[in-house]
Amino acid sequence: MDRFSWTTGLLELGETLVVQQRGVRLSDGEEKVKFGSGVLLLSTHRLIWRDQKNHECCIAVPLSQIVFIEEQAAGIGKSAKIVVHLHPASSNKEPGPFQSSKYSYIKLSFKEHGQIEFYRRLSEEITQRRWESMPTGQAMQVKDSQAGRIRAVGIVGIERKLEEKRKETDKNISEAFEDLSKLMEKAKEMVELSKSIANKIKEKQGDITEDETIRFKSYLLSMGIANPVTRETYGSGTEYHMQLAKQLAGILQTPLEERGGIMSLTEVYCLVNRARGLELLSPEDLVNACKMLESLKLPLRLRIFDSGVMVIELQSHNEEEMVAAALETVSEKGSLTADEFAKLVGMSVLLAKERLLLAEKMGHLCRDDSVEGLRFYPNLFLTQS
Amino acid sequence: MHRRGVGAGAIARRKLTEAKYKERGTVLAEDQLAQMSKQLQTFRSHLEAFASKHKQEIRKSPEFRLQFQDMCATIGVDPLASGKGFWAEMLGVGDFYYELGVQIIEVCLALKHRNGGLITLQELQQQVLKGRGKFAQDVSQDDLLRAIKKLKVLGNGFGIIPVGGTFLVQSVPAELNMDHTVVLQLAEKKGFVTVSEIQASLKWETERAKQVLDHLLREGMAWLDAQAPAEPQFWLPALFSELHGHEEPPAAP
Repeated sequence: MDRFSWTTGLLELGETLVVQQRGVRLSDGEEKVKFGSGVLLLSTHRLIWRDQKNHECCIAVPLSQIVFIEEQAAGIGKSAKIVVHLHPASSNKEPGPFQSSKYSYIKLSFKEHGQIEFYRRLSEEITQRRWESMPTGQAMQVKDSQAGRIRAVGIVGIERKLEEKRKETDKNISEAFEDLSKLMEKAKEMVELSKSIANKIKEKQGDITEDETIRFKSYLLSMGIANPVTRETYGSGTEYHMQLAKQLAGILQTPLEERGGIMSLTEVYCLVNRARGLELLSPEDLVNACKMLESLKLPLRLRIFDSGVMVIELQSHNEEEMVAAALETVSEKGSLTADEFAKLVGMSVLLAKERLLLAEKMGHLCRDDSVEGLRFYPNLFLTQS
Repeated sequence: MHRRGVGAGAIARRKLTEAKYKERGTVLAEDQLAQMSKQLQTFRSHLEAFASKHKQEIRKSPEFRLQFQDMCATIGVDPLASGKGFWAEMLGVGDFYYELGVQIIEVCLALKHRNGGLITLQELQQQVLKGRGKFAQDVSQDDLLRAIKKLKVLGNGFGIIPVGGTFLVQSVPAELNMDHTVVLQLAEKKGFVTVSEIQASLKWETERAKQVLDHLLREGMAWLDAQAPAEPQFWLPALFSELHGHEEPPAAP
């Protein structure tokens, strides 16, 4: 085993892979060595063995070192083997796993078979001595720091390339985390500064102009810092939200008309963002813009039901009038659940429920709350008393 | 004695002094704001540099996103607050989460009739990934939770309920108080719960247990199996996929 040298497993220029076989164990003469389970590769120039578990562990011996080879048939509990007799190691041999050995031959044990083919190919290569006509340079020392060309061919080469890429990715990730930490340090400074400004504002108790307030708010918006003065994020909103509100009024006019004048904020969020595709609105952006609709005298308004459900209505829409229509519908059918009503009228269940609840609040409907569901009846107490 | 501080003259003087202070106060704020504006520009270019190197990482790696979000939270910054913020603009984090929000809403809406508006985080993740298609970026459960937290502000009832090591996601504005939550957690182990179990584990009276279960039934979040051997069982459809995994239905004869 002292004829072997450590190697990267990369094939040289001019070296070609001939055959490879998994599950091969090496022995130093009659003695087992620690190279228990590996992939054995035959190239035009060398015999290479790589550990199946630890790809870093890779050794090779030049074919020119081989004197002759012989087969050893499998026996009971024994795999088939190829015995490879070798010349003594040359003095300028690259370092390997063993300095010396008392054997001049090694054994290749084929635990997963394949030795017939391998023997045939190995014989061919030894006979043809292709390594003599395809000279390769001395094995190149691969320097990691040179991210540049690693010329590698064959499967061994590809695997090695993947390994390099993985290492590169790992390096990238740790670099990314480092950069992220540095960035966060700077962001933290911004947060501190905004806090100190907010404190100054609080001290002055309203001596800051409207203009400055708006500026400050927009700075906070850029950084994603909650407004430390009012505690709410962006309260009355910024210039951006005002613009957004106007845009929404334009975008939502038709969809609202198509949906009976009312849409839940969730629906609006999906509609608007699906239409945008890029540079989407955050939920908070949407809410803050909608809060400004009324004050900007736009033809839509934000309405919040008792349940917390938020909707956008056309100004022209009158939910109370819709309630009267709902009452008629319910009366016709005797009673309706929110689901049934929704299907009848062609509304979302969420909004259908809100309308029925509003009708109940106004005294037009009564509820029958059972495990079978929430059902609404016309309020006969009112009409027939 | 010469009285100081009274008289028209004193008042006028005081007003002048106040005005001067006011001016100075405004000037102070102005200075600070100018400073902040400048620092913002600097920060923005740092963020730009960061983005040019690592923007891909944010989009591709859930682990990196998680780290990023945690760090932002630690220093008091919400990168998802506005699509107009630097973070969204430069890093594109915004688009990732806001779009995820749309997908979450759609999945929940589609399954609501079956589970009453309650779904496990795991099933939500599976459904969302399915909808995103083969070539879309990976989405972690942390990503989903963050997107959902943002959706709450839309007033649609989105909520997160911790149960047995994972979470249930609520997507309807049904009121679920502590009692309901605790019963959901109890039901998580087997996918169903009975009145006796509630009495044994939580030491409640029958009436209280029944009220909670009835509420869940009404909301469509629980189904009643009145023909169960010992006593009626209340099953949570939200937990069905967890129980049965990937069992194939038996082939028709």
